[in-house]
Amino acid sequence: MSDAIVAEGLVKKYGDVVALDELSLSVPRGTVFGLLGPNGAGKTTAVRILTTLLRPDAGRATVAGFDVVADARRLRPHIGVSGQYAAVDEDLTGMENLELVGRLYHLGLGRSKARARELLDRFDLATAADRPVKGYSGGMRRRLDLAAALVASPPVLFLDEPTTGLDPRARAGLWDVIAELVAAGTTLLLTTQYMEEADRLADRVAVVDHGRVIALGTADELKDLIGGDRIELTVRDAAAAESARQALAWLAVGPMRTDASGRRVTIPVSRGAAALTEALGLLAAEGVTVRDAGLRRPTLDDVFLSLTGHEAHAVPDKDLVKEYSQ
Amino acid sequence: MNTVRMAVADGITMAKRNTIKLVRVPDLLGSVVLTPIMFVLLFAYVFGNMIEIPGVPYREFMLPGVFTQTAIFGAALSGYMLVGDLQKGIIDRLRTLPMASSAVLIGRTTSDLLINLLSLVMMVAMGLIVGWRVHTSPLEAALGCLLLLLFAYVLSWAATLVALIIRTPEVFNNVSSMAIFPLVFLANTFIDTTRLAPPLQVVAEWNPVSAFTQAARELFGNTNPAVSMPDAWPLQHAVPASLLWAAVMLAAFIPLATWRYNKAVSR
Repeated sequence: MSDAIVAEGLVKKYGDVVALDELSLSVPRGTVFGLLGPNGAGKTTAVRILTTLLRPDAGRATVAGFDVVADARRLRPHIGVSGQYAAVDEDLTGMENLELVGRLYHLGLGRSKARARELLDRFDLATAADRPVKGYSGGMRRRLDLAAALVASPPVLFLDEPTTGLDPRARAGLWDVIAELVAAGTTLLLTTQYMEEADRLADRVAVVDHGRVIALGTADELKDLIGGDRIELTVRDAAAAESARQALAWLAVGPMRTDASGRRVTIPVSRGAAALTEALGLLAAEGVTVRDAGLRRPTLDDVFLSLTGHEAHAVPDKDLVKEYSQ
Repeated sequence: MNTVRMAVADGITMAKRNTIKLVRVPDLLGSVVLTPIMFVLLFAYVFGNMIEIPGVPYREFMLPGVFTQTAIFGAALSGYMLVGDLQKGIIDRLRTLPMASSAVLIGRTTSDLLINLLSLVMMVAMGLIVGWRVHTSPLEAALGCLLLLLFAYVLSWAATLVALIIRTPEVFNNVSSMAIFPLVFLANTFIDTTRLAPPLQVVAEWNPVSAFTQAARELFGNTNPAVSMPDAWPLQHAVPASLLWAAVMLAAFIPLATWRYNKAVSR
């Protein structure tokens, strides 16, 4: 069989809150699948079900050919998981953390140690190997957490928001590491709130909202659907913003947006830099004074605006919902 | 690897990890080593001069009480550490590994046993310094120590169960203090239960803590045969009563904690 991950009609409810509403997806072996959505869209719930942490209320899923409920025990040796909150032990050193995971994959003492050292080298943590994780930076913790997921070289990998909360430099570093991994043939399911991350890493992207897949395709297909880059303009006042909107309406490939200040306009365009030049020419011809203009990649908000007509609403965090429903 | 061997091997791996944490976190080690010393000194020099027990020097009487009390406070600490692991997502990571699921609890209670052994050694040494004496054979004294460790082992399963039900550190702290103080003080740990008001006396004498404390006193020879014991059956037959308590509680707590563990993590 060619699909490493298959989910069919997964449903999970916490009291009245529907975390997953018949979510289905399939990930061919050796590819990277991105689940893109805001907080509370159900991404983490999906990952928890696929990694045997949670039983679905309905639907079924297989990973690496094993049913995630019935064959959970036999599935676990074949997956690696790295969560949203780096689940490494603060009091242990980096080396001890990886060694512990290796022992629990039953690699044996010698292989656990060797593998831990290899991963620490690869993730640029060798010099910090014998320091307790307590003193690590956020980026180092994430790298260690990712390393822990790779200890047994699992064929299927799940990364739940691997770069959320990291600074841009640490994020770029982690992207390089992940890109290298998938080049070696690992199947990866990645959840993210960043369009840019999905674009950079994923072969196919599913946009999730309220526990359902609302759009599915390659990153390029998705971008065609939502428009590519955004021109962001700041003008003098609301009247000028209105003139700008009228002048540039034909360039827009999706709904334009004016922010709360009334002076900042976002226009989805398809031809990037060329469109920006054209826009500036048009505005000059119309006599609209531009304070600031730039081109940026679409964000999750843009994706949602295009797909649903509303911005991404962060529904209450699943953990909170869990607390209240207890 | 077969299931039992895997549970044992993974349990040892987890116990090792817990022990490394113990050594590395100074306040943990401090509470394991210093708290027992503090209790011995406090009860010997503060209460020791205020409380009289017929027929036995108070320091001899109270030290077995300090032993059981320390085991109870220690159990709260181990429950707290499990709650921490649950909170920080460490249990989630472990659950995705092909390890024996029972190993987390086996590892926890096994490393607790080591902690309790360390505490007991500290308390025995301190006790001997402040004037506590063993009047029985080395065998009986050794049995007394084993019985105290068994008591601590039972408590650590109880704490595990409570931790798995509660799962938030702050609430766990509140609930465990609410349970600990009556357990420790509504018992024969530091007082003569015959002087309590009748309903309290019944509760105190049937409190399992009293049976274990009395059994330890008997095995260390810290009782006076000339002074009659309360009539309550668990105090008249303290050693078999404690073993019975231990068997019943382990038979209840181990399956309950295992069930809660599998349930708590699959939400």
